[in-house]
Amino acid sequence: MPIEVLMPALSPTMEKGNLAKWLKHEGDAIKAGDVIAEIETDKATMEVEAVDEGTLGKILVPEGTNDVAVNTPIAVILADGESAGDIKESGSQPAAAEKVAESAPPAAAENQKVPAEPKQAPSAVAQPPQPEQAPEPDFAEGTEMVTMTVREALRDAMAEEMRRDGDVFVMGEEVAEYQGAYKVTQGLLQEFGAKRVIDTPITEHGFAGLGVGAALGGLKPIVEFMTFNFAMQAIDQIINSAAKTLYMSGGQMGCQIVFRGPNGPAARVGAQHSQDYSSWYSHVPGLIVVSPYTAADAKGLLKSAIRNRNPVIFLENEILYGQSFPVPKLDDYLVPIGKAKVVRPGNHVTLVAWSMGMSYALKAAEELAKKHINAEVIDLRTIRPMDTQTIIASVKKTGRCVVVEEGWQQSGVGAEIAARLMEHAFDYLDAPVLRVSGKDVPMPYAANLEKLALPSVAEVVEAAKSVCYR
Amino acid sequence: MAVAKNKPASEPAAPSRDAPGIAEFSKEQELTSYREMLLIRRFEEKAGQMYGMGLIGGFCHLYIGQEAVVIGMQMAIKTGDQVITGYRDHGHMLACGMDPKGVMAELTGRTHGYSKGKGGSMHMFSVEKGFFGGHGIVAGQVSLGTGLGFINHYRGNDNVSLTYFGDGAANQGQVYESFNMAQLWKLPVVYIIENNRYAMGTAVNRSSAQTDFSKRGLSFNIPGIQVDGMDVRAVKAAGDLAVEWCRAGKGPYILEMMTYRYRGHSMSDPAKYRTREEVEKVRTEHDPIEQVRARLLQKKFASEEDLKKVDAEVRAIVNEAAEFASHDPEPDPSELWTDVLR
Repeated sequence: MPIEVLMPALSPTMEKGNLAKWLKHEGDAIKAGDVIAEIETDKATMEVEAVDEGTLGKILVPEGTNDVAVNTPIAVILADGESAGDIKESGSQPAAAEKVAESAPPAAAENQKVPAEPKQAPSAVAQPPQPEQAPEPDFAEGTEMVTMTVREALRDAMAEEMRRDGDVFVMGEEVAEYQGAYKVTQGLLQEFGAKRVIDTPITEHGFAGLGVGAALGGLKPIVEFMTFNFAMQAIDQIINSAAKTLYMSGGQMGCQIVFRGPNGPAARVGAQHSQDYSSWYSHVPGLIVVSPYTAADAKGLLKSAIRNRNPVIFLENEILYGQSFPVPKLDDYLVPIGKAKVVRPGNHVTLVAWSMGMSYALKAAEELAKKHINAEVIDLRTIRPMDTQTIIASVKKTGRCVVVEEGWQQSGVGAEIAARLMEHAFDYLDAPVLRVSGKDVPMPYAANLEKLALPSVAEVVEAAKSVCYR
Repeated sequence: MAVAKNKPASEPAAPSRDAPGIAEFSKEQELTSYREMLLIRRFEEKAGQMYGMGLIGGFCHLYIGQEAVVIGMQMAIKTGDQVITGYRDHGHMLACGMDPKGVMAELTGRTHGYSKGKGGSMHMFSVEKGFFGGHGIVAGQVSLGTGLGFINHYRGNDNVSLTYFGDGAANQGQVYESFNMAQLWKLPVVYIIENNRYAMGTAVNRSSAQTDFSKRGLSFNIPGIQVDGMDVRAVKAAGDLAVEWCRAGKGPYILEMMTYRYRGHSMSDPAKYRTREEVEKVRTEHDPIEQVRARLLQKKFASEEDLKKVDAEVRAIVNEAAEFASHDPEPDPSELWTDVLR
């Protein structure tokens, strides 16, 4: 049987890639381990190795093809005795596969050899539903929009602020020469040089403390954590030094610093690399905690965070990095910290979410609309200080609230929202506030279990129906 | 890498395991160091007394016995250099020129304390005097102080960060993370390890595989020397060497100050882990203040009468600070909610 070689996923969140080059040609003999092609992702160029033996029977995707979806058959390998005539026509549709990642974490290395798994690789993560026009726009109607990824928006925000203020610099693991483990700092080294774009050793506690010390003395560091899981090593400096010094000094010495990086579950990276820290940092007075969903908010909020004179925890999401959204084309686009946004108006139930949680909430709202339930969707955007007013105003209208978060329920952000609604909108509630959240377990690795551990659109729909007594 | 400006004409000596000996002090230097060390001593004795009276609460770590370290180092630096330390910090604040009234009022938790009464003994700061705290988490200040050195490097000035920590903190991981980055980027940081022989109640030989702390930077190629931390002249000489090294853009330097604290770790520590004789021996043979006093008299830089006058002046300053700190009002309840964010 001819064997199809599928477009491999080379990182847990890769959805598509460019077929840069074929290193073998039709008719070439292939041994397992031979490098057959080079694939460009948004993060790196990777070599694809054959895992089967035979002859390269047919190249289905020519080199130079961009945006080839993961799992698309790209070539066919013939076993001994088979000929090109044995190849049955197959479309170039991605093979239906469960969302399964088979690859190393993206930070692993460039030009890494990754076997071209002929079987399963992650299917594309669906594009997020775009939020509808907000009732309170962050920018004037008619503003020209450009489409960009969250990753580009974050990079542009840093670059603009670094151009504006010489005291702003970025430091972290792989931020400079490697261009960012997730390519968020792409191009910054080239523009700003090694003095302001600084590769650190793998030493989170140390460089977080160094950054805080630099901020106490007047610089404005952006400290990138490769992921917030690693910031656990540095949490003493974040809380005991960054968050508390202004208060402990009677207002004399503050700390203008941004700690940023991907937060929350990625895909198939197991318990130590899949955790949502929203509630952890939101617990701490002296910190500001921001967690955007769209590229526009990522840009506008990161710029505001860098200018804010307090320590800001800026929680990004790896899965969102590659997703595109319209961003206003403005010279200096700022989104205020501490303002939630009603992204979809409705009057039957309020859905509150942020970051990745928004993708569940927006999809659920569409499902609910089909059932004639009009959900109002609020993107919290800032976790601390929390825009309780916007939530309360919505619940006064809908009488019902479901919070969607990827973190655990106990002492979570959803628990906080439920408590605030009980305190401030008790008489308006027609049903208990429900939480759809990450399950109360460390993140499992197995694909099916991981899916079960995360919130789902179906759970949000179910919860919304339940509070509407439907 | 930014190269420090104003490179001194004479290069400091190559890294050496030998301390540079003692600096010859002029009459004025002897008198200044005497007076400044005495201020710390009397201030701390008064703080101990006020703690006993219930005017100071919580933790209170006295610097008595270690005065020569901070005074000698302060004599080696200039305006714009930064100082940061841990929780045994009253001496450092006074040495930086902070007002004893403001420090004492912070100890008593009053309105005109340096942190409006919201920081306490371990958390005081003065941007104006270049004192960056005052940090309560053991070794937390080592990374922060490395960051202060980073500022000088980033701005391309020739200022130096004096980062103090104890023999106990020297066993924390972030110290070595900081050493690595400081040497990698040639940051101007003098790491001053105040080895007072006990990490709280644990003697260094019971806590440390390598008890020569000046060697703790060896694997990063950071030069380090052991210094007689009870002799202010030896501290000054070592400080000059290390500070010059940093100003010249050569990276960090480690000074291990061999010192001793006479009191317990904090006020609640009866110090049962050492003998009375051990403490007495240091007091009688190595006391940093008595050494200067003896030299002042022997060199005829001052008479007994002159020194009595200094003692009286210092006592007056301390008494005034205590008086102020006892009667200054407590912070207004509204202060509870201020200074969380700015």
